[in-house]
Amino acid sequence: MPLQVKRLLIVFAILIGTMFALKYFLTPESWREFGPYRGNALKEIAAQEAKYIDTKTCAMCHDLIAELKNNGEHNSIQCENCHGPGYKHIDDQENNEMKIPKGREFCIRCHARNAARPLNIIKQIDATEHNIGEDCITCHNPHQPWL
Amino acid sequence: MAIKKENVSRRDFLKKSSMFAGGVVFVSLLNPFKVVYATKKPKGKGKWYGIAIDIEKCIGCGSCARACKTENNVPNEPFFFRNWVEQYTITNDEQVMVSSPNGGIDGFKQAVPDEDIYKTFFVPKMCNHCAKSPCTQVCPVGASFESPEGLALVDQNYCIGCGYCVQACPYGCRYIDPAKGVVDKCTLCYHRLQKDLDPACMMACPTGARIYGDLNDRDSAVSLFIKEYNCAVLKPQLNTDSKLYYYALSQEVH
Amino acid sequence: MNKLQNLYEALANVEGYIYPNEIALNWDLLIVMYPYITGLVAGAFILASLNRVFDIKALRPTYEISLLTALSFMLVATMPLISHLGQPFRFYEMLITPHLTSAMAIFGFVYIWYLMVVLLLEIWFDYRYDMVIWSEQKKGFMKFFYKALTLWVSDKSPESRKTDDKIGYFITVIGIPSAFLLHGYVGFIFGSLKANPWWSSVMMPVIFLFSAMVSGIALVMFIYMVINFIRRKKNDILCLDTIAKYLFYILILDFTLESLDQIHRIYEADESFDILKLLVHGKLFFTFFIMQIGVGTIFPLAVLGFFQFKQPSEKIRKILYLIVSSAVLIGIFFMRWNVVIGGQLFSKSFYGFTSYKVDLIGGKDVWLSLLWFIIPFFILAFLLWLLPPWKKAKHVEG
Repeated sequence: MPLQVKRLLIVFAILIGTMFALKYFLTPESWREFGPYRGNALKEIAAQEAKYIDTKTCAMCHDLIAELKNNGEHNSIQCENCHGPGYKHIDDQENNEMKIPKGREFCIRCHARNAARPLNIIKQIDATEHNIGEDCITCHNPHQPWL
Repeated sequence: MAIKKENVSRRDFLKKSSMFAGGVVFVSLLNPFKVVYATKKPKGKGKWYGIAIDIEKCIGCGSCARACKTENNVPNEPFFFRNWVEQYTITNDEQVMVSSPNGGIDGFKQAVPDEDIYKTFFVPKMCNHCAKSPCTQVCPVGASFESPEGLALVDQNYCIGCGYCVQACPYGCRYIDPAKGVVDKCTLCYHRLQKDLDPACMMACPTGARIYGDLNDRDSAVSLFIKEYNCAVLKPQLNTDSKLYYYALSQEVH
Repeated sequence: MNKLQNLYEALANVEGYIYPNEIALNWDLLIVMYPYITGLVAGAFILASLNRVFDIKALRPTYEISLLTALSFMLVATMPLISHLGQPFRFYEMLITPHLTSAMAIFGFVYIWYLMVVLLLEIWFDYRYDMVIWSEQKKGFMKFFYKALTLWVSDKSPESRKTDDKIGYFITVIGIPSAFLLHGYVGFIFGSLKANPWWSSVMMPVIFLFSAMVSGIALVMFIYMVINFIRRKKNDILCLDTIAKYLFYILILDFTLESLDQIHRIYEADESFDILKLLVHGKLFFTFFIMQIGVGTIFPLAVLGFFQFKQPSEKIRKILYLIVSSAVLIGIFFMRWNVVIGGQLFSKSFYGFTSYKVDLIGGKDVWLSLLWFIIPFFILAFLLWLLPPWKKAKHVEG
């Protein structure tokens, strides 16, 4: 074998060796645990904090309001849909007050007349005519609108 | 012209290159039509998540999109969504108009007067969690992958932010988080599922238009729904095996 | 937060409906540069192999220049990609844990194969004998440097030169399919995305390949003339005419293939056709019809075609070759632009368009793109100084 080819083969052997060494040292742990990805990633994603608790948890303290809501038209709506996520509130009520939305804008996100909204599923009003200037909650109790 | 052609070397070249090409063909014959999807549905009794959306029940309130942004720390700007709602309006003169102002989070305003509307409806969109997902197929480093439960997830500590998966997703469900420089997408609230909680969007939906569950379980809510109602998936021609089934899906929806 | 401002501007300019996540155009000018630069490499190499494998003697003066040009562009070819990443320092993951179903992951290996096994080796065998001679002539650091480059092999015998030549020829033969692979592969990265009808086409690798050859040949033609101008040497007009002839042939092929792709689209007129038609006639009108087809294809074809029948004086030909090669380079740049940017301008919902404005002042992507395009010329200047083709010993037939 010619000398120059021999030398080149040495160089290539070193390069390929380096590549394998790098591959060995840099491949993250838990690689290919389930497939060609880091198995630990599943745990990391699962570790994210859940912000929305559920109505049952809210009802542990706010039982009367929850009962009122659950017996009315808004029974399918979770408390946190209007009041925001409660994950901080359950641990520390003083510093983490829940949102209490009051304006018209909030209600008409669901209840404004829109031809795409099926009438059999949601009651709708024409926001440009229905008691203009009044807050919805002056007539309707948000926890049971027809109380 | 002074171009000399030496036939010997050309023949030589052709011989060598045809040998090379023959080798390639031979190798591919050894393993014909091996599918190169990134994932295969695991055998066994594990969970295999699917989603169903009943378009007839959607009122376009945007609660799902809002809850998703809050739950998953999605940037507030109107360019980043894991979950959004579109309103389709087909006018009497056959124009199709689609809108999704801020993903539907702030509510919808219908610009077309009622008498001109032929048909209008809301379509909530989210990751289809395809079984043959084109996005996880193209990820160069395996940071986008399909979990054993059939959810397309992103390993944000490993993602290089090349954006190839964003291009490969036919449904526009991925975005690059501007602060982190990595891809973000719907996980079907994997962190909530693992804690036995419902995904934020499923929880927030006031009309029960969204259903999810285990497709392997023939008695799960989603399996029963798909059995009872005639569902369709988006862009079926792309053979992504989408696991987001829509009931009452109009053909105008892409 | 300049980027967010741009996004709000883009949001205001959305036409029709677009998925909300599509407003951000993720692959910007840097990704235009990536296939452009890779194409220049593949094209320049093909020109070199025309001389070596197909034994077209008139192209001899450009042999080393093409190889060194290919090398200088090859060294930066991945830089636009890497600098575009959201997490640039994680790029090594692509080589350490490549995901085997991804076209982009395999590109890393195609790149390494081509750079290490084809380009560097071919140049090394071509220059080995000369580097030995130069290491004997120089003193001090340069002596050491050349010696290191020869890997301390100081064999000057005619036999060793014949071996060099034989192996070099063999590498060139392997190099041709490798160059095809390199750039065909870049086309495949785009062409294999079924989600995007503007990209998804079996023709994409072939079109990329031929446009690569066109651009690479034009680049070498341009560089050859510039080098001769700087060195105050006369251009070898026979060489230029021959390059021009091949440029003409391959340009015809390239244009035919691209037209075939478009005709196929137009005749088939599948579901995506309406939006693509609006795209080509609207947002891409200038870059597609004027720059890519007009400046980059029709004009060079007309000039080079005319030369095949009637040859004006040498001086006029030289000037026109300079203009034509620049026009081809500009045209191919816009071809890449139309593919990369064009493919992201329309929504995959087929209901609308976003917009992309090149931010000339303060745009990170523009500065980086320019940088990655200019650096290869400096590398080339260095390589020409280190390995001057005009000081090489006479070739020994193997």
